[in-house]
Amino acid sequence: MIGRFFSRYTIWIYAVLAFVFLLIPIAYTIVFSFNDSRRTNISWRGFTLDNWVYLCDEQGVCQSFLNSVIVGLVATLLATTLGTMIAIALVRYRFRFRAATTLLLFLPMATPEIVLGTGLAAEFLTAGIPKGALTVILAHTMFCISFVVVTVRARVASLDPAMEEAGRDLYASPGQVFMRVTFPLLLPGIIAAALLSFALSFDDFIITNFNSGPFTTFPKYLYTAAAKGMPAEANVVASAVFFIAIIAVVVSQLSAAARRKRLAKQ
Amino acid sequence: MAFGAFATSAPVVESAPRRRSKVALLLLLPGIAYLALFFLVPLVSLVLTSFQAKTPGTDIGVYEYAFKIENYGFVFSTYSEHMLRSLLYAVVATALALLFSYPLAYFIGVTLRKFPLLQALSLTLVIAPFFISFLLRTLAWKQILSDEGPVISTLKALSLLGSDAHFTGTPGAVIFGLAYNFIPFMTLPIYTSLEKLDLRYVEAGSDLYASPVRTFLSVTLPLSAPGVISGTLLTFIPISGDFVNASNAFLGSSETAMVGNVIESQFFTSQNYPIAAALSIILMAAILILVSIYVRKSGTEDLV
Repeated sequence: MIGRFFSRYTIWIYAVLAFVFLLIPIAYTIVFSFNDSRRTNISWRGFTLDNWVYLCDEQGVCQSFLNSVIVGLVATLLATTLGTMIAIALVRYRFRFRAATTLLLFLPMATPEIVLGTGLAAEFLTAGIPKGALTVILAHTMFCISFVVVTVRARVASLDPAMEEAGRDLYASPGQVFMRVTFPLLLPGIIAAALLSFALSFDDFIITNFNSGPFTTFPKYLYTAAAKGMPAEANVVASAVFFIAIIAVVVSQLSAAARRKRLAKQ
Repeated sequence: MAFGAFATSAPVVESAPRRRSKVALLLLLPGIAYLALFFLVPLVSLVLTSFQAKTPGTDIGVYEYAFKIENYGFVFSTYSEHMLRSLLYAVVATALALLFSYPLAYFIGVTLRKFPLLQALSLTLVIAPFFISFLLRTLAWKQILSDEGPVISTLKALSLLGSDAHFTGTPGAVIFGLAYNFIPFMTLPIYTSLEKLDLRYVEAGSDLYASPVRTFLSVTLPLSAPGVISGTLLTFIPISGDFVNASNAFLGSSETAMVGNVIESQFFTSQNYPIAAALSIILMAAILILVSIYVRKSGTEDLV
């Protein structure tokens, strides 16, 4: 039977070992956020909560974290808006240059980040735009758009146009139909796209590196700090972000499971 | 993920073609204009920059438009070693990630079918590395695998390694880091195709007295090929442009420099933008050629 190739128990043992392997560096990062380390957080010197409590004493960490959050929020807002509009147009309308549009959306995802990064840097240099927060936001918005389109498009495609027709039949204006019918139905897809955008922007290093000039995001701070010795406060920020993200995922999965159960009962 | 999503969108409920194509234009225009301005123009800008020549009598980092095709000759003669190394590392790391991910994806997509909660938990564990910066994860491996770290010192104490052996800074360490960092990109698309796999086909294989290996090779593997192809592309492309794993501060040394490291140092240290641009163009061209051959060979052109 199916179990034979990956025989029953071997695959369970393998999976457990694989998960442990995947999680080793995460566990290491979290454990070392509690290290009483002073400057270089390499060897274990005892447990402390100081890194967590006096987090912003290490100035660069807090500032770069804040910068990353701001960039992430603005880029997410822009990319989600532009990407959702494209997704609706792609599913609902016939137009010329459809293939070209799909290709233009696909290419940024298939281009190595270093090419996107140096290309934007060449453009900003030629146009004389000084590198900083603005150029980082412009760059992040660009690479997030395609991922938003992919995510929202699936949701638009599963939306029954009869719903909107019903709205129109009841003499709702196109604006009302969008706000009262289309938008609420698309919302789960839009939220998923926004979360993905924020995650992509927050963790981006390569494109940011080429287009940030003196502006420092959290990953860029980490890259610079890696050469001189990483302060434990960096582990604190990363661990906190990790816990928040995991809680968000688990909560969303549990609520989706609860909704399925409710629907099954009805 | 990305590649698959364009091919296998949900069943489309198409509405009748609308007359108001003006609305479509208004919806498309801002986003498409944005991508033209910040994706297409940068590519053109990169090509133009790659032909630039130094402005005579100026400081470092000042260039003017020319048609200096010699930039490419210089890049090929000086950095072909780095290009071949990037290609080799990317191929090996992608293969390792595939070997690691396939059984894991099979476990989540097939073995755990009867346990939806465990399946959701496993998927969360696969994407968990995304939630912690890959720079810190790579640095964690560097410290775990360093000469004084727990792994190497244990192996030395057991005399399994010579006392002067070391791992970080070697090609092996760089390939290890590259493979580790991109495992989720490989596992998720393979999981997506295995999750949809109709097990009756596999049963048919064993009913016809095919050996488990034969059934796997002629039924399971071909049916999961779209996931394997998406996964390998999503892994290979970012790996070949990566410069974090191979850099001195992480898992590499000067002997492991990849194209990305050369581009970075040309860009920041030498401020030689034309050479950095030429390297980026060659990298992109090489990837486009390799990917199109790969996609054609695997007979799934409709995938992208």
